[in-house]
Amino acid sequence: MRFDKPAGRNPADRGTVLGQPLPRIDGPLKTTGTAPYAYERHDVASGQLVGYPVGAAIAKGRIRSMDTRAAKAAPGVVAVITTLDMDRLPKARMNVAYLFGGRDIQHYHQAIAVVVADTFERARAAAALIRTDYDEDKSTSFDLAEQRRAHQDDEVEPMAKVGDFHRAFAEAPVQLDQTYTTPGQSHAQMEPHASIAEWKDGALTLWSANQMIEWSKQALAKAFDLPAEKVRLDSPYIGGGFGAKLFLRADAVLAAVAARETGRPVKVALPRPLIANNATHRGLTIQRIRIGTDRDGRITAIGHDNTTNTLPGGDGENGAAPTRHFYAGANRLLVHRPLEMHLPESNAMRAPGETAGLMALEVAMDEMAEKLNMDPVAFRVLNDTQVDPDNPERPFSERHFVECLERGAERFGWNERNRKPGARREGQWLIGHGVAGAYRGAPVQASGARVRLKPDGTVRVDTDMTDIGTGSYTIIAQTAAEMLGVPLDAVDVGLGDSDAPASAGSGGQWGAASSTAGVYAACVALRNTIAERLDADPEDLSFADGQVRHGDRRTPLTEVGGGEELVAEDKIEFGDFRSKEYLLATFGAHFVEVGVHAATGEIRVRRMLAVCDAGRILNPVTARSQVIGAMTMGVGAALMEELAVDTRYGFFANHDLAGYEVPVHADIPEQEVIFLEGEDPYSTPLKAKGVGELGICGVSAAVANAVHNATGVRVRDYPVTLDKLLDGLPEVV
Amino acid sequence: MSQHSRFKITRRALMIVGAASAASLGLPRLATAGRDGESPTSAPAADDKAATAEVAFTVNGVPRRFTADTRLTLLDALREQLQLTGTKKGCDHGQCGACTVMVNGRRVNACLSLAVMHEGDEITTVEGLGTPDNLDPMQAAFIEHDGYQCGYCTPGQICSAKATLEEIRAGVPSHVTADLNAPMKVTPEEIRERMSGNICRCGAYANILDAVQDVAGGQS
Repeated sequence: MRFDKPAGRNPADRGTVLGQPLPRIDGPLKTTGTAPYAYERHDVASGQLVGYPVGAAIAKGRIRSMDTRAAKAAPGVVAVITTLDMDRLPKARMNVAYLFGGRDIQHYHQAIAVVVADTFERARAAAALIRTDYDEDKSTSFDLAEQRRAHQDDEVEPMAKVGDFHRAFAEAPVQLDQTYTTPGQSHAQMEPHASIAEWKDGALTLWSANQMIEWSKQALAKAFDLPAEKVRLDSPYIGGGFGAKLFLRADAVLAAVAARETGRPVKVALPRPLIANNATHRGLTIQRIRIGTDRDGRITAIGHDNTTNTLPGGDGENGAAPTRHFYAGANRLLVHRPLEMHLPESNAMRAPGETAGLMALEVAMDEMAEKLNMDPVAFRVLNDTQVDPDNPERPFSERHFVECLERGAERFGWNERNRKPGARREGQWLIGHGVAGAYRGAPVQASGARVRLKPDGTVRVDTDMTDIGTGSYTIIAQTAAEMLGVPLDAVDVGLGDSDAPASAGSGGQWGAASSTAGVYAACVALRNTIAERLDADPEDLSFADGQVRHGDRRTPLTEVGGGEELVAEDKIEFGDFRSKEYLLATFGAHFVEVGVHAATGEIRVRRMLAVCDAGRILNPVTARSQVIGAMTMGVGAALMEELAVDTRYGFFANHDLAGYEVPVHADIPEQEVIFLEGEDPYSTPLKAKGVGELGICGVSAAVANAVHNATGVRVRDYPVTLDKLLDGLPEVV
Repeated sequence: MSQHSRFKITRRALMIVGAASAASLGLPRLATAGRDGESPTSAPAADDKAATAEVAFTVNGVPRRFTADTRLTLLDALREQLQLTGTKKGCDHGQCGACTVMVNGRRVNACLSLAVMHEGDEITTVEGLGTPDNLDPMQAAFIEHDGYQCGYCTPGQICSAKATLEEIRAGVPSHVTADLNAPMKVTPEEIRERMSGNICRCGAYANILDAVQDVAGGQS
């Protein structure tokens, strides 16, 4: 099915199941520990061996030699495979660093060996016996600020340029020119990267934790020089991703190499302390933002210059991305400057670009409002735009940013806030309030599904779509139930298996909208098949209560197949009107209250509110969970998360869950989420857009702005920690 | 290599220490090589001199006995030896709480505990609480309040949540308990504090709190 024009009314609009706040259908398995994750598949591939990975101890250079004699002689060891045993495995375009093979080291903890033994304890013990001799390249710098100073301002082509920024900024009566920094962040998903690999008759099966089945199937085929049909990937449950599991990672490749070498199934999990440096992270940024306004606060010039780290060939974290489309302003200059460095691989993490970008832009907007002596909500409302400021010919399909701000302000009691920074106190706590806007695009990807109507009237949906905690199982079942007029518990959903039709996968906030559109397409195909059987026009049929209605005729779904299963498969493909003629995006506003201890500077988030504009909400329960989870991650980014760079050796020093701090229960207060009622017919047949990434956008800036409101101290270097406040706290009376 | 030789302990010395500890602490008798016949297939083949030991404990009321590599954690004993994979490995270093189980009624991080330390213990894992068709009230509350997303930390959260309520009921104080002499109450602050060893990166904390409060309310 092609989606070439805005959606009209269709059977999914009924909203009897779709759009309802239903509990997840995978809940009973997840809460009882019976949902199987990749490393736990004792039910597949008998005789599994255990592989333990070894990471490089330098950031850049070459391996001279590896002494594996002791490891090979260690008890229980079946094989020791090193990176010197093979040429570099070809990598997919999405991966920046190579995953295994060859002498060259590109980053710290890059995989250099896998030790295979009969048990985990023995593999781990033997792995510690490998001795590696390196030829380390010490010429490279791991300091992003130092690297930035070595480059000229005008050295890269701007990513977007409208009007004459320099002139408009120089002439603006009110100006802001500030630089903000965000550190590297780690996805820190709870389930480590893990895979079990088995080779049989030249075909590879991988039980793995992966967000993007089709991409990774193709990547495996490329790495091992196989036709894609000789690769099967199965990933029914994934213990969190946030971008960490978008691409093939070392666990998958090492398991496959080890299984090929030993002729037995091998399972490999990345040990937690290896993950931060071996796998990917959100890149560091240095962001210079310049805003010029007229005396009334209308933006006349906006410039965003983003610097980030990347391994050669990558793109890092593009903080300038949201500024391109978010606020009005006739003169614009956006620069993205990925600098090649040999830190670990920076790559996509939840709302890549927007997250770090809005951490800076939305503080700059707060600072600008302060300069103008304007309310920061009013300043944002004044600079709203209904057309793409980068291309004013192109309107937004739906944009209700002002409504997000205004409804949020009312609900939060924004007008009751203290307007003078550092002036409100409750006992030992300074109280502050902050606001920030949220912007994230609404991309989609082609997505397929297969739908079966069984003779007992139940429905089975298969697609290689993944559920990384997002609620895919549930919203896909809701879509099929709505389209075929059956109760939710009559729908069984199979996900994550590459034998099923290729889907959009989970990434870029496109998963929910795209995959349900694919299921919609397959259900339309099944409805057409049923119409044919009933010798009716599909338009005249309605499906409800387990029956097909055609005029006065009612046929139970148990009878339409005449005792046989009816199967239909289709995929949704999106026409470019969706991006060329209109700009589709999601919007939000975040409001936060913090308390800052007047003496110690300890920061406590006390209350959070998000208002989201993301088209039709397919399930308010799972969508709300996406948003509160993203708000939680945003609190982490604001107050604690920082991959600390060891600039001598080029690695992240705090590479585990003790050193890399993420929010815990005690850090998170009451959270409220409001979804604006609405549909975006330009998006998909279901008129839905994503929320999982929108939810994190702007959160951290709202926290930082609240801290400023509480204390009068403006921190432009994330995370906002108490040591950065102490010198500026108001006098304790 | 020099660093290793500095701390080198002879196997003989290790055996003596091990035997002494076993005797004084009531730990299981250490076994050495050659006990193949008694080992389940998943235990290491005893073709080396590394220490293995027999250990017996009950899991969810079922007696279990097996030969364990003495380096085997309780977590891997559950997940690999006994194939009870409901208990999760998130970090293997006691940093995340995904492996929380109950040992003799108290919660522990199973990754920080060796299997051979649990001779005679009664261990309860998430599999012992309920099944998809017969949910424990805490499991049902997690579903009702959407107190999970990816599901990986969830078994640990549920074990911790049940233990949290038990600890409050038993009057065990926490960092946020204001008055040690007053009757202990189930407050959001107490729950948040006591649950803070269980990380949920998906960020379901607010919903988990609602689930735990719901169960606490139903029990009081």
